[in-house]
Amino acid sequence: MEDHFEELLLNLKQVVGFIFPNEIELHWGLLIVVYPYVTGLVAGAFILASLERIFNIEELKPTYRLSLITALAFLFVAPLPLLSHLGHPELSFEIFLTPHLQSAMAMFGFVYIWYLMVVLLLEIWFDYRKDLVVWSRNETGLKKYMYKILTLGATDLSDRALRFDKKAGKFITIIGIPSAFILHGYVGFIFGSVKANPWWSSVLMPIVFLFSAIVSGIAIMILIYGFTTLIRWKKFQMGCLDKLGSYLMYAIILDLSLELLDFIHRLYESEESIKIISQMVSSRLFLSLVIIQLILGSILPLVGLVLVRVRPLPDELRRLIYFGSAILVQVGIFSTRWNVVVGGQLFSKSFRGLTIYKVQVLGIEGLLMSIGLLLLPFVILWALIKIIPPWPEAETVVPSAAAERKE
Amino acid sequence: MKKDKKELTRREFLKKCAVSAPAVLLLAEAESIFAKNSPELSDHKEAHYFGMGIQIDKCIGCGRCVNACKLENSVPDEPFYFRTWVERYVVQVDNEVIVESPHGGGEGFPSNISEKGIARTFFVPKLCNHCANPPCVQVCPVGATFSTQDGVVLVDEDYCIGCRYCIQACPYGARYLNPFTKTADKCTFCYHRIKKGSNPACVEVCPTKARIFGEISLRSSPLTRFFRFNKVQVLKPYLNTEPRVYYANLDGEVR
Repeated sequence: MEDHFEELLLNLKQVVGFIFPNEIELHWGLLIVVYPYVTGLVAGAFILASLERIFNIEELKPTYRLSLITALAFLFVAPLPLLSHLGHPELSFEIFLTPHLQSAMAMFGFVYIWYLMVVLLLEIWFDYRKDLVVWSRNETGLKKYMYKILTLGATDLSDRALRFDKKAGKFITIIGIPSAFILHGYVGFIFGSVKANPWWSSVLMPIVFLFSAIVSGIAIMILIYGFTTLIRWKKFQMGCLDKLGSYLMYAIILDLSLELLDFIHRLYESEESIKIISQMVSSRLFLSLVIIQLILGSILPLVGLVLVRVRPLPDELRRLIYFGSAILVQVGIFSTRWNVVVGGQLFSKSFRGLTIYKVQVLGIEGLLMSIGLLLLPFVILWALIKIIPPWPEAETVVPSAAAERKE
Repeated sequence: MKKDKKELTRREFLKKCAVSAPAVLLLAEAESIFAKNSPELSDHKEAHYFGMGIQIDKCIGCGRCVNACKLENSVPDEPFYFRTWVERYVVQVDNEVIVESPHGGGEGFPSNISEKGIARTFFVPKLCNHCANPPCVQVCPVGATFSTQDGVVLVDEDYCIGCRYCIQACPYGARYLNPFTKTADKCTFCYHRIKKGSNPACVEVCPTKARIFGEISLRSSPLTRFFRFNKVQVLKPYLNTEPRVYYANLDGEVR
């Protein structure tokens, strides 16, 4: 506790202008930056999978299942930063038991459960059911029983049953897209609806969150597809990468336009808070907003992706540009989350001064914890890949009932 | 004979039941009537509706209110946690405004500004505005922050999960996270005192009567007199939070 007070005293010395005395402690730190970042990846990866499913985009087939289980791996981790940040995590169940229905935050549990149980798990189950049945028959030992349990007893492999799986999967995808929109749009709403904070309070916030989620989701799938293809010594399907690259380009253009609209709107309206916000952007947020989010995270990848489309480049170089852009986009989107969450707390609500935020290394809200939370989804993804391999070649082929009869 | 006596007893018992029932009901009703009249339970809006008036011209920035509040409510001593604080505004002739609140004003204010070039200067005591339309209550995910019927916004610290959404939602910086309980905390108008008919600690100790506490709508309330003799304003009225802390002679520079 004493350390905490000492740190606050040091921060107090770096305050510029006047802040309300209670404002020296910045309440939503790195963990709350991780939360929308991870949720965005869930929504983005799922939307990418849904595009493939609904519009039947042949080129994206290699990433369909991979996107779904990536979304699942990240979704498992999404509530953890929130939970670890609470003053009383042991009371968090009250959000489910006695939710205050007017509160945007109270809805998180319901949105999350809906998305996890109704959308993602069901869609993955219907998509994998056929394989689970076949694996449960072919595998031996513990694995056999694990797959048997995962089939939930639905072992029918008749044409009719398989047709139903497909239909159900498609139906869930159709429900899933608005659900993914709600999941991340909702996270934007948590910030956008705080009227006390002019940096957050914007009707565009949920939409900007959503498009940045799509950008980050596509980029992470380029990286995961690239990495898994490399370590499996498989050949890259350039059609798939080109398609992902072009989607990423369109998504960045949309996202950037929306963010510029928000920016121009603020500047043009020039409300009471404009002075302090300009001061913040040109000092405390200059590196993370102008340099990292805008130039490195948006413009540079966009230039690369446009270049790929206007000039015929060799495969090797195209891959390099795609991976490079995807990494830059990840850094940029993380920075976007930082600028929203931390930026919104760096200026005083008296609009007269700026406070400071220093990331700690240790501790529950520290850097190591956040890195751990960002690595955890990849560990889960690795486990999921081991249990339900998403590779097209791992997909089992069920001899149709008619063929079986002939034999 | 014995049998007769038994029958008689049963009949009598039933009779007694029939007779005593209304008496029991009457007693129960009487108890509830008395309960309504007891001061602890008369929370409904007609009985009490509290607010505070602040006469900026009377505040001398002594900081006694800040210290009294910390003592009365066991607010952590460190200068990052305040249920009430005092700000000093110095508006210079070139329209530059210097605002300060070192230690929340609890240790007074340094005379570090040359008197030359000062256009006007004044102190502004701040506290939770106990809004009629409180954004903090709206956002609390579990309903730990709530408005009482007598117009006070409170935090149930046994119920607060420490998510700090309310701190983000308060436009006035009136809330903090208590570092010891890890729950949101703020001014309660000294609820434990006002329910006994006393004034909040900050009002009690103010040497110039800059703070006036009372009923908003009662004719005999000191606030009614305050409203009659002053032009009043609230903080950030455009946010539609409907504060119930009213300021007399509030300067446009104060946010």
